[in-house]
Amino acid sequence: MTTAKTKFPATAERMPPQAAGVSPLRSAFARRLGLTALGWAIACLIFFPIFWMVLTGFKTESAAIADPSLIFSPTLESYIAVQERAGYFKFAMNSVVVAFGSTLAALLIAIPSAYSMAFLPTRRTKGTLLWMLSTKMLPPVGVLVPIYLLFRDVGLLDTRTGLTIVYTLMNLPIVVWMLYTFFKDLPKDILEAGRMDGASTLQEVCFLLLPLTLPGIASTGLLSVILSWNEAFWSLNLTSSKAAPLTAYIASFSSPEGLFWAKLSAASTMAIAPILVFGWLTQKQMVRGLTFGAVK
Amino acid sequence: MTKTRAAGRTVGGLRTLSLQAPAVTLLLLWMIVPLAMTVWFSLQRYNLLMPEMTGFAGLENYRYLFTDPALWTAMGNTLLLVGSVLAITVVGGTLLAVLFQQEFPGRGVARVLAISPFFVMPTVSALVWKNMMMHPSNGVLSWLAESFGLPAVDWFSSLPLTSIIIIVSWQWLPFALLILLTAIQSLDDDQVEAARMDGAGPVAIFFFITLPHLKRAISVVIMIEMIFLLTIFAEIFVTTSGGPGLATTNLAFLIYIQALLDFDVGMASAGGVVAVILANIVAIFLVRMVAKNLES
Repeated sequence: MTTAKTKFPATAERMPPQAAGVSPLRSAFARRLGLTALGWAIACLIFFPIFWMVLTGFKTESAAIADPSLIFSPTLESYIAVQERAGYFKFAMNSVVVAFGSTLAALLIAIPSAYSMAFLPTRRTKGTLLWMLSTKMLPPVGVLVPIYLLFRDVGLLDTRTGLTIVYTLMNLPIVVWMLYTFFKDLPKDILEAGRMDGASTLQEVCFLLLPLTLPGIASTGLLSVILSWNEAFWSLNLTSSKAAPLTAYIASFSSPEGLFWAKLSAASTMAIAPILVFGWLTQKQMVRGLTFGAVK
Repeated sequence: MTKTRAAGRTVGGLRTLSLQAPAVTLLLLWMIVPLAMTVWFSLQRYNLLMPEMTGFAGLENYRYLFTDPALWTAMGNTLLLVGSVLAITVVGGTLLAVLFQQEFPGRGVARVLAISPFFVMPTVSALVWKNMMMHPSNGVLSWLAESFGLPAVDWFSSLPLTSIIIIVSWQWLPFALLILLTAIQSLDDDQVEAARMDGAGPVAIFFFITLPHLKRAISVVIMIEMIFLLTIFAEIFVTTSGGPGLATTNLAFLIYIQALLDFDVGMASAGGVVAVILANIVAIFLVRMVAKNLES
């Protein structure tokens, strides 16, 4: 203890004697109880708007705008109305097609690129990676005008194809980065062994790399789906009725004509439920993609 | 010997090139073409409502833009929005990361609840807050205020920018929490234990051990949030449409108004160039930091 650099006085002198009547066990229990209460209180507070939205979706419109109450007779009428009157399913389909289509395209383009960066690095690899990252930092509003005019001229405005193209390019840098970090974690020997046995690059990728890194590829894909699903700058500006995904459909509830809180809630609950589950499943791996490997 | 090695390198180089070509070419097109068009448009007299007025304008658009008081209002709002949200999410995220790092029953579920808002699409969170939480007569907040005998607040007319800040903070606090929680998990338990043995209290441990450990993760959070917060759009679009007046118009929304409502392509492009430059100032620091991390 004498040789070690001690910043704080030794325990015995520092610790105050326990107050009479409170055993250390009791105070530890009290601390744990307080911690649990605080943790849960904050978590519930943050989650409350989502909880309230889900609840409101099962109310009638008149109950939805009445004084807040936890007691009501649940009904599915808003869910039915959202589908029958607004055609919820059409917008959901647009979201599904665009989110999964752009993810698939981004993965197909990114896998060869990430493969060569991880296993055949050159002097330029690092520069290329950083350059890809920098494209992600281009604010979309900086290219809104040309993209809008180009899309108008070639007839891509308000089409699923147009939105899919934009989302593919939007997520491509993140997908390449995330795949790169997963590929790099794979021991090089495994691919080398395959090469020794005469596997071609394509075989190497399809039969060794992809199966071995499947969990990583899956979470990369899920992150891309989440980002596309929730994207609301391009969807609001490039689509109107035909190709509008859920983000744009929900935005149509912002019109001031009457309050449709129960329907808004029902539609919103359906729109966010799958993504919440995806997010919960991949929260750990997602950090890699969101921070470009800077935080692991 | 040297000859074959050189040949091998060329073949390897070709392979790298062909593998990376699709991703690189697409990103190059996505970035260079629209950006060049934005710069070009910003130097043109180009208004879709006045097709006869064309031609080179030089820096005229920039002159109009910089002498327009709306730009400075929008810049001020952007700064206030980004600054406030950053302060709330970084401080809150750090404290919550410490809290959710402690062991307590149901911690996993509490964590999941607390990070959930990050996965909710922006149009949903904005409308849920605007209607069900902040509505002046039927919202949960006004009901709460009234049950405590306080006057209800008409959030979006009396505190428009504050309302937007609250909504955006609610979406991004979980992001900061998610990243910082990942970073805090790599904190050396032995180090904390040793400090505790030496008599350091929880506050000292936080400031002298936890915070220095989180320094890098915190700066990553700040930079990534900055890039996204600079161009917040959907939340404003569905709640206030930039109003009342210009009270909640940020740079992104101003460009949107000029481009898609006033059809002034030249002016909007000049605004876009300004946004790109602002984002790039932040991006340089972020890219540098990621680059440093890539080496280690």
